[in-house]
Amino acid sequence: MRNLKTLLAALLIAPALALASEGVHLDRAPDVSGDKAALQNGAKLFVNYCLSCHGASALRYNRLLDLGLTEQQVIDNLMFTTDRIGDQMTVALRPADAKKWFGVVPPDLSIIARARASADGSGADWLYTYLRSFYRDETRPTGWNNVIFPNVGMPHILFELQGEQVLKTEKSQHDGKEVEEHKLALTPNTGSLSAEEYDKQVADLVGFLVWMSDPEAGFRKQLGVGVLLFLAVLFVFAYALKKEFWKDVH
Amino acid sequence: MASNSNYEKFKSNGSLVQNVLEWVDARFPLTSLWKAHLSEYYAPKNFNFWYYFGSLALLVLVMQVVTGIFLAMNYKPDASLNAVGVPVAFASLNYITHDVSWGWLIRNMHSTGASAFFIVVYLHMFRGMLYGSYRKPRELIWIFGVLIFLCLMAEAFMGYLLPWGQMSLWGAQVIVNLFSAIPLVGDPLSIWIRGDFVVGDATLNRFFAFHVVAVPLVLIGLVAAHVLALHEVGSNNPDGIEIKKVVDEKGIPLDGIPFHPYYTVKDIVGVTVFLALFSFVVFFWPEGGGYFLEYNNFFQADPMKTPPHIAPVWYFTPFYSMLRAMVWNFFWLPAKFWGVVAMGGGVVILAFLPWLDRSPVRSIRYRGPIYKTLLAIFVFTFLVLGFLGTKVPGYYFFGYTPATNPDGSVIFNPLNYLLSGDLIAQVFTVYYFAFFITMPWWSRVDSYKTEPERVTWK
Repeated sequence: MRNLKTLLAALLIAPALALASEGVHLDRAPDVSGDKAALQNGAKLFVNYCLSCHGASALRYNRLLDLGLTEQQVIDNLMFTTDRIGDQMTVALRPADAKKWFGVVPPDLSIIARARASADGSGADWLYTYLRSFYRDETRPTGWNNVIFPNVGMPHILFELQGEQVLKTEKSQHDGKEVEEHKLALTPNTGSLSAEEYDKQVADLVGFLVWMSDPEAGFRKQLGVGVLLFLAVLFVFAYALKKEFWKDVH
Repeated sequence: MASNSNYEKFKSNGSLVQNVLEWVDARFPLTSLWKAHLSEYYAPKNFNFWYYFGSLALLVLVMQVVTGIFLAMNYKPDASLNAVGVPVAFASLNYITHDVSWGWLIRNMHSTGASAFFIVVYLHMFRGMLYGSYRKPRELIWIFGVLIFLCLMAEAFMGYLLPWGQMSLWGAQVIVNLFSAIPLVGDPLSIWIRGDFVVGDATLNRFFAFHVVAVPLVLIGLVAAHVLALHEVGSNNPDGIEIKKVVDEKGIPLDGIPFHPYYTVKDIVGVTVFLALFSFVVFFWPEGGGYFLEYNNFFQADPMKTPPHIAPVWYFTPFYSMLRAMVWNFFWLPAKFWGVVAMGGGVVILAFLPWLDRSPVRSIRYRGPIYKTLLAIFVFTFLVLGFLGTKVPGYYFFGYTPATNPDGSVIFNPLNYLLSGDLIAQVFTVYYFAFFITMPWWSRVDSYKTEPERVTWK
């Protein structure tokens, strides 16, 4: 029996060792989930830059009150297409028109942060990398391309903030083979923000997208701690009860 | 089965509650059911860790039914696009997680419950293999169990279509297409299953009906049959010996203890530990690293966009690997057909286990080195098949890539074969079936130890 257990344990570890990761490198998105000011800024960026084409139909405007905003603040600053606070955050753009104009319907972004997760990183990491990886490409209809989303249909919406990037190819010798490395380079003085400032804005926007995909996540984790503590106490009683009943079984 | 005449009817002491009980018991087998299945059902006293999973499976079933009812109140099986271009079914899941009070909890419990069900059932089945629980006279319990497993697979498969995400649509498309590999009737059969030429609204509606009504009814019936058959012959135990052989003057097994209260209080301990693990996933890790909820399924279904990698959820992957391992056309029938045969056969062959096993003893505790070795390899191959089922074809272990010449031809290297996921899946599929098919021979020639008269505590 012991030999079998040892053998099983050894065999179980082997597949874990085989899990070598491959795929694209993603930058780690800063975690702003606890920072209400950052999330409010993310909401502002989302409404101003994204919501003209992308909807967030799972979310209603009054949900933004969870970010510490008042109803009046939401109405004054974040609602452009409706005057009812209980309405869904949708776009006026009709899917059929979008298809005609852009060639693709801009996807609803309600749960995009959950969808973009992969073995390479979290959905936040993907979005954070994506929004910082646009570069000039005159072969594309929009004039823009993206390193981690080749031939993307969306132009670089945050271009005014970040400025223009170009993709430079560097060739180097590595183990006797020629290796091509692609690097993004920012053209100086093309955007209104410094690289650090831009990264911060993107981090806030991504933080908002993550919050939006699962607005109950904060409460869920708090509740989870309570549930696990309750179960720990219950376990003590359950175990004592079992011991008491079983003391006459030999 | 409990017959009413074997038990004395309940006699009231005159109190109101007891009067009601007496009245009911005179008209309904209340006392006899209670005694036959709980307070006077004698279970072996030496159950170990592996014996928690039967009652846990029952718990998960109840949880799935209850959470399922609440989900069905808010879910809409409709593949058409709403005004903003999101399929109604997909949008109704967002409605559940974002708008419905506690909807996120109900949804997480149901999705985690699906994976938990398979974890618990796989462990429960493995327990049967460890201690020979399928051996005579428990063959029918085992067969009901295999049917439950089949039902569970159908239930999970159809339930997975309902969120109407990319994996829902394309996973169902791949699996239903498999039926078209059956000679002669294949194409009409797959169209009949889908109700359309592709997986569409008609498919979604019928899968919803099957998932919430038809399959659960069959499942609950089979579970009842499974438990009734168990209580007819009595439980096996880690020693694999019959406790009914040694009884006291009243006919009660000396090594048996009443299920209630002994195993009810013991199972509460198991339930608490299980719920802690379950809650950890529900509250902190609902996607389960992309294995419990596949990330790609958070994209709405798009019939025009085939995902680069279509993988079933983890609990199907061992059998999916067997399906993909079949790449040769035998007897003028296409490889796809043999893939379906391997996948279905992989489940069905389990039902024959009671007659394939010819060992004189039941439990692994008294079986010889051949069984222990082959079973350990069996577990290993099953896990690796499961792992490979989540990977794209052409996968190599440890990040290995075969070296190629400038003209694209592969340079020979033994590692090209040793680390090839495809080849390993084929070899392990052969092992899976060989384990069962050759069992009548090796289980007979294997050495064994003498079983004890009475159960032991190990």
